[in-house]
Amino acid sequence: MKITKKRLYLILGCVLVFYAVLTVAPAFAQDVTDAEYRTFPLIGSRTAAWIASQLHLLFGSFILGVPMFAVIIEFIGWKTKDERYDRMAQEFIKLCMGAFSTTALLGGVLVFILIWCYPKVMSKLSGIFGPTMIFYVFLFFGETFTLYLYSYGWDKMQGRHKGWHLFLGVLLNVFGTAIMFVSNAWLSYQTSPATQHGILSEMRKKSWMEERLAADPSLTPETVMEGVTDHTMIPLHNETTGEFMGTLWDAVNNFTWMPINIHRLVGNIAFGGSIVAAYAAFRFLVAKTKEDKAHYDWMGYTGNFIALCGLIPLPFLGYWLGREIYMFNNTMGINMMGSLFSWLFIIQAVMIGVLFIGANYYLWSGMGRIDGAEIYARYRPYMITVIVICVAIWMTPRTLSKISTASELSAMGGANHPHLGLFGLMTAKNTAVNIIILTTFLSFLFYRRSGKTPTASWGKVGNIAISSIFFFATVSIVVIGIVGFTVPTDLRVNTLTPYQVLIALAVMAVVTVVDIFMYRKATTSGTIKWGEMTDRSQYVLILIAITFTSLMGLMGYARSGLREAWHIFGVMQDTSVDAYTPLLSNAVNIVAIIMVVFFALVGFIFWLGLWGEKKKQASAATIEAAVTAEGDD
Amino acid sequence: MKKLSLFTICLIILVGSWVFLRFVVGGIISVPIPGSVIAMYMGLIIIAILVHISVEDSLFQEFRRPILETLVEDKRRNHRRVLVVLIPLLLLGYTYSIIAQRANPPGSPRDAHPSPPLELTYKDEVIGTMQDVVNPFRHYEKDDPEAFSAHVENGKRVYHQNCFYCHGDHLDGQGHFAPYLQPLPANFQDPGIIPNFQESFFFWRIAKGGPGLPAAGTPWDSAMPIWENTLTQDEIWDVILFLSHYTGYQFRTFGEAH
Repeated sequence: MKITKKRLYLILGCVLVFYAVLTVAPAFAQDVTDAEYRTFPLIGSRTAAWIASQLHLLFGSFILGVPMFAVIIEFIGWKTKDERYDRMAQEFIKLCMGAFSTTALLGGVLVFILIWCYPKVMSKLSGIFGPTMIFYVFLFFGETFTLYLYSYGWDKMQGRHKGWHLFLGVLLNVFGTAIMFVSNAWLSYQTSPATQHGILSEMRKKSWMEERLAADPSLTPETVMEGVTDHTMIPLHNETTGEFMGTLWDAVNNFTWMPINIHRLVGNIAFGGSIVAAYAAFRFLVAKTKEDKAHYDWMGYTGNFIALCGLIPLPFLGYWLGREIYMFNNTMGINMMGSLFSWLFIIQAVMIGVLFIGANYYLWSGMGRIDGAEIYARYRPYMITVIVICVAIWMTPRTLSKISTASELSAMGGANHPHLGLFGLMTAKNTAVNIIILTTFLSFLFYRRSGKTPTASWGKVGNIAISSIFFFATVSIVVIGIVGFTVPTDLRVNTLTPYQVLIALAVMAVVTVVDIFMYRKATTSGTIKWGEMTDRSQYVLILIAITFTSLMGLMGYARSGLREAWHIFGVMQDTSVDAYTPLLSNAVNIVAIIMVVFFALVGFIFWLGLWGEKKKQASAATIEAAVTAEGDD
Repeated sequence: MKKLSLFTICLIILVGSWVFLRFVVGGIISVPIPGSVIAMYMGLIIIAILVHISVEDSLFQEFRRPILETLVEDKRRNHRRVLVVLIPLLLLGYTYSIIAQRANPPGSPRDAHPSPPLELTYKDEVIGTMQDVVNPFRHYEKDDPEAFSAHVENGKRVYHQNCFYCHGDHLDGQGHFAPYLQPLPANFQDPGIIPNFQESFFFWRIAKGGPGLPAAGTPWDSAMPIWENTLTQDEIWDVILFLSHYTGYQFRTFGEAH
């Protein structure tokens, strides 16, 4: 019998499916009754849950971040009566719609994996957080229907209904933020199942006192509260039995909940902006017409601007989260910054360096499309130098033993370089990052000023004032950084570092206000030639999105890995075969796979949108041709 | 004077940076910098150069002009001849430097700091959690300076009877046993050591020594003895007081949470 090509492929396909079934067969041979853990076939439970949760988080971050700035852009369009803003905001929401169902789908996959592979953990968590899970479902319905109304009602709710449409946008953000806060409660509780005495429920205060009295016979009801302040950390579990003793709110309002909420909220804006910018870059690169190029250039610029707005406060918010983790448990803190995960933070520094260099590169490239921007080009080499020196400081490791030879170590006299080792300390790194932020702001300021000449009579004085502000702020940040080497850590972390950040933020606020007044009635020597950007700059936008995605993946590994062999830190131990901290190289590989899958899915969703658009355009063209033909007849 | 081309300027910056890092910072100003760190910095400098030359098309054209000229123009024939010889020679030298056998073992793969346990113990007796345990004599610093001085003096005695052989009489890790140890003893004069840790962490490190270090992050190869076999709890706390008193650094404490 002659085997046709088609039949051959069919047979090969059947063989492959058969082998695939054979490989997953052991999973079905497990004892599924009352099992503590069940193994996910082929890749193992941890990797499966890891991939599903990170993908879910990336999509979730995108669909929560985009509506935040979409509604602001829509509002700007409404107030300025500039329809371009409205169209762009609508386009952002269309992207969101495409990703929304995938987010939900991945959430479902994650829940199935967790229930199947980690039944006991899920039972424990749902026992504590059950009511919030029901609340989550209601919020999810609320978000879904609001998003549908917001998106599908966009064209209908123009004109006098615009206010209501904006209200829907705000409501969508309220639902989205609430959803994130609820799910953050679950995971932050796993990291820090404790809260401070001052905000603890009366019920837990009482049971904790009783536990202390029972554990230490030398204590009396009069002395049991000695040394306890509002900030004393109280575990939410009975320390002997592991039984949960707090209220639902105690568990939700755990020690790291709010720092994670705020960090993720701002992170979502930055991530959403970067993905939108990457989408625009892709559309720019494939655009055939000048109009399309101009539109997607503008969209990419807006996306990058939003990503920058989110990126600037992120290092400080991450620092705050790190500080709270240290305060919750110093073992966890040491593991994070000085031990198991310390090299991860060097990789993080490299990636954040890429983000800032990339964002500046894009701004500088953008100045090429503005006539009159040339006058600022002479400052660029100095700005590049400052940024690169600061990135070098940020990525210099404190301990060099892992990357040095024995002879290099003995030449240095130990694992720390006597001078460069100082760059490894946080006071140097915080100084560096604040200066990077100020330099990036300066790039943006130059971009804003390009092609404009101020007409304000006090223009010269204004420029001197702005230059002085930058100069003295930089000197102050550096001096505070140097002082940071000599003061107790408590003072550095709680006073000096916040001062550095406040100085940087104050400079940005004051200079922006002065600049707005200076350039209010500025004469324009050249308009922005949208669409006249180099292809290189668009690839940079894509690189920024890739870097953001990888960074989120790596930090996800750090946040989860910090618990080490605990499902709930200090309460419920991980006794599965996966109860070990994956090597950094392993984590990097998994995160790389996640990043590739994420971009493949996002690319597919965006391509679907593009496909639909082409079909619509094609049918519109056909109808137009037919109408024209009829007219000719 | 003829203006230097952008390519030459970039080349000078690249080579100059390497010379600066390798011989000025790593020779005249300070001790040698490990090759991997220099490579990292040089990578950044290359990125900076690429950013500068590619941000504007005109700069990119200017940068590649001498390269194109060298490759195609007749007047640059001699340059080409030199390069044809020089490039293989450089590659040869680089290959030789990689494969030449040298007795240069890699550094230690150990973590920067060992991961402390959740509970602090002394001879199997639980003192408390690593987070909450404080030095019982620290409060004398404010409440009773005389008692505090007595504890510091006792710590000084204990240190000089037991620790200074390795950690040195200036607490800088330069004791007379130090050159024979790898890893080297801790340098308490380094601003990154005492301020980054709570006193409980130091108690744990002194009490358990090298053998008490955790399984993760190995090999520690620490020669530190198990001092809980020799010293009392009070003596360990006194030594810790002495370390901060002598160096002027304060151990890490935590302020109020959010």
